[in-house]
Amino acid sequence: MKLDARIPEGPIENKWTKHKAEIRLVNPANKRHIDVIVVGTGLAGASAAASMAEMGYNVKAFCFQDSPRRAHSIAAQGGINAAKNYQNDGDSTYRLFYDTIKGGDYRSREANVYRLAEVSASIIDQCVAQGVPFAREYGGLLDNRSFGGVQVSRTFYAKGQTGQQLLLGAYSALERQIAKGKVKMYARHEMLELVVVEGKARGIIARNLITGELERHSAHAVLLCSGGYGNVFFLSTNAMGSNVTAAWRAHKKGALFANPCFTQIHPTCIPVSGELQSKLTLMSESLRNDGRIWVPAKKEDAEAIRQGKLKPTQLTEEQRDYYLERRYPSFGNLVPRDVASRAAKERCDAGLGVNATGEAVYLDFSAAIERYGKTEANIRGLHSASKEEILKLGKDIVEAKYGNLFQMYEKITDDNPYETPMRIYPAVHYTMGGLWVDYNLMTTIPGCFALGEANFSDHGANRLGASALMQGLADGYFVAPYTVGDYLADEILTGTISTDTDAFVQAEKEAQDRIDHLLNNKGSKTVDHFHKRLGKIMWNECGMERSVEGLTKAIADIQALREEFYKEVRVPGKAETVNPELEKALRVADFIELGELMCRDALERNESCGGHFRAEYQTPEGEALRDDENFTFVSAWEYNGDPSSAKLHKEDLNYQFVEVKTRSYK
Amino acid sequence: MNLTLKIWRQSGPKDKGAMKTYPIQGVEADMSFLEMMDMLNEQLVGKGEEPVVFDHDCREGICGSCSMYINGEAHGPGRGITTCQLHMRSFNDGDTIYIEPWRAKAFPVIKDLMVDRSSFDRVIAAGGYVSVNTSGNTLDANAIPIPKEDADKAFDAATCIGCGACVATCKNSSAMLFVSAKVSQLALLPQGQVEAADRVLNMVHQMDLEGFGSCTNTGACEVECPKGISLENIARMNREFLTAAVSAD
Repeated sequence: MKLDARIPEGPIENKWTKHKAEIRLVNPANKRHIDVIVVGTGLAGASAAASMAEMGYNVKAFCFQDSPRRAHSIAAQGGINAAKNYQNDGDSTYRLFYDTIKGGDYRSREANVYRLAEVSASIIDQCVAQGVPFAREYGGLLDNRSFGGVQVSRTFYAKGQTGQQLLLGAYSALERQIAKGKVKMYARHEMLELVVVEGKARGIIARNLITGELERHSAHAVLLCSGGYGNVFFLSTNAMGSNVTAAWRAHKKGALFANPCFTQIHPTCIPVSGELQSKLTLMSESLRNDGRIWVPAKKEDAEAIRQGKLKPTQLTEEQRDYYLERRYPSFGNLVPRDVASRAAKERCDAGLGVNATGEAVYLDFSAAIERYGKTEANIRGLHSASKEEILKLGKDIVEAKYGNLFQMYEKITDDNPYETPMRIYPAVHYTMGGLWVDYNLMTTIPGCFALGEANFSDHGANRLGASALMQGLADGYFVAPYTVGDYLADEILTGTISTDTDAFVQAEKEAQDRIDHLLNNKGSKTVDHFHKRLGKIMWNECGMERSVEGLTKAIADIQALREEFYKEVRVPGKAETVNPELEKALRVADFIELGELMCRDALERNESCGGHFRAEYQTPEGEALRDDENFTFVSAWEYNGDPSSAKLHKEDLNYQFVEVKTRSYK
Repeated sequence: MNLTLKIWRQSGPKDKGAMKTYPIQGVEADMSFLEMMDMLNEQLVGKGEEPVVFDHDCREGICGSCSMYINGEAHGPGRGITTCQLHMRSFNDGDTIYIEPWRAKAFPVIKDLMVDRSSFDRVIAAGGYVSVNTSGNTLDANAIPIPKEDADKAFDAATCIGCGACVATCKNSSAMLFVSAKVSQLALLPQGQVEAADRVLNMVHQMDLEGFGSCTNTGACEVECPKGISLENIARMNREFLTAAVSAD
């Protein structure tokens, strides 16, 4: 198999325009006879389903939640990037493109990233037209803030609920098409198989999660917008239901899986508190605009804090180590996520962690509260304000900016972050890897597309903050509606696709067999038992730091776990009813296979880049050491009957428009 | 801590359903309410019994899936939180906790604590949007300045998570808080003006069709709303509705 990304010729700033001008179209009368399936209704799925329906296609949209509005994009907090340059701080399409390439540690595809930067401004226009209530300044214009890894202010936001507001915008566009009958919505449905007929994606098998019935759905194209696979680690910031099954089933049917080991560990999450914890909660990166990260400078102080003998507020400035500001003076607390996460781990491993487990650092707002308080006092002409009055004013400003995040933190930890610094630690958040796609976002199965977090294309080895929302909406509103049409131009004479063919019968049987096996197994251990064990293996050996020994051991452990899972798992209840344990079991079975492939990919990549940090490859200062000569490629894995016999294909990344350099934030 | 749980069990929409008692030991104060439910379910599965079915997903108070009526309150004790944000430190050792589904005609029970809230989606489909197609050729986002106060109010209304606590709390099972939040958001913004009259009439009509009750202004919904959606939105919707109704042909 030869991977062809089908990147248009020409200068980078003309590629997308030229491609759009030359791409084939489907005339409106023909669109009415073409069916499109969209799996997932997050930012990518909802925007794609709404846009394709507006264009005239017959869309069937699927989500496992009870309503499309609940997809996990809803939980994104901080913001969405766009090269609008409203702040007149030197931003441009090229700079957003460059920042994203550099932030991804030179492991993403230039043409795709440039297109993302190019359409970013339209996303903001589109969302405002839909009535998305972005934050505004007193003059009535849109406000911006900064995110990690950049030196401009290009992030648009709606308090700490940007994902919610953007998703509700896309959801309302989707509901409008549902009302018109152009989208048929299948909520509480989970895709269990991709149906491939004569080499083309022709439909899916979905399980109705209420009746348990397996349903066959056919279409001329299938768009997988099913999100990322962070839940392979059990504990992550993902929603409980987020899973890899749709993407993994496509992989098993022939879609290559790219860069599976590129996972993002987000530096600012609420630390793990106990064994029965079910998920981790993110504290938005936007907090690093104003929060300063530190640990005690001395081990004795850290020790005393862990034992409850000392309070962080008692330490003087000299007794604190603002390690990000110290190590990376030019970006300070706003270094990219991978850098910030590793630095936190490094300090905690050195014995300077500040909670009972020793795995937490401080995120401190006291300086910001005082700074804002003073400015506000000046604005109000209170030149003799007392310290208390200044702090009160400052707290009000901080509350207006981050109120919901502070409240969320307090509800979970029972600590008041206005009075004492937050305790945070890195946690699994996002997966840059995903299904391999070409410039048209098509996987290696013709007719099967992957959008948003489900594909691999835009973020390389590390995603910059506020770029996931941008990519989801770019793919769904502005890219796929064109590029899918290019494929569908060949389908105008196909007619309705029958679901009575062998391929559908066979795919349904495969899903049925998996369900029957799990329900009849009558083992002794719960699904969560296995999921937690898988998560531990992945976190320890394929998390923030990886090594040959660790990964080799992890692969063997996962293989053994998989065998045990199929022998020992216990799934109660029946198939013909609501059965959440069965849903989990089907997802975990796929996670176990994916976990092994992630470890293999991490083992194969003998370098450190972005979120992939191999202990063997680091500079004397502990920074990631890339090997551009040998690893400037996308690893794309072909399924071959078993994760351990997956075959590696390489898509070479030829940087023509950006000079590949060592990434430095110092 | 050790607790006694009284949980509504109902095998399907047609089953009558009943409260069942489950003792549970070793619950920790730092656990979330849903982690406590996970613990119970792990034990039930271990014994070969069917776990309690409930909706949940993000577990950080934003997706609006979780929906438990705990000790007679939507999302349980505490203000401004969803069930998933409720922590066991709100309870004491030896407590008996009553857990029921949302109860409303427009939210039929599917199984145990899981209800069907698709009526909310249909209300939004009736007009909870601005009719603008995806094109990339809309006005520049800064072409229409919007007073910060209006934008902030629209945002506050738009933070509704569609969980249905307002309906579950209301003695009439009215959905006025939910519907008025969307009507308000779009009525406050210039983008929503063009369709404002049709929107409010169609959404209210759909709300009535779904079988939600009427609003008698007790304000219970505002108290239990995890996102603090204000009653002012209902007042604004009434105003919008009246204006639209009298000016309709």
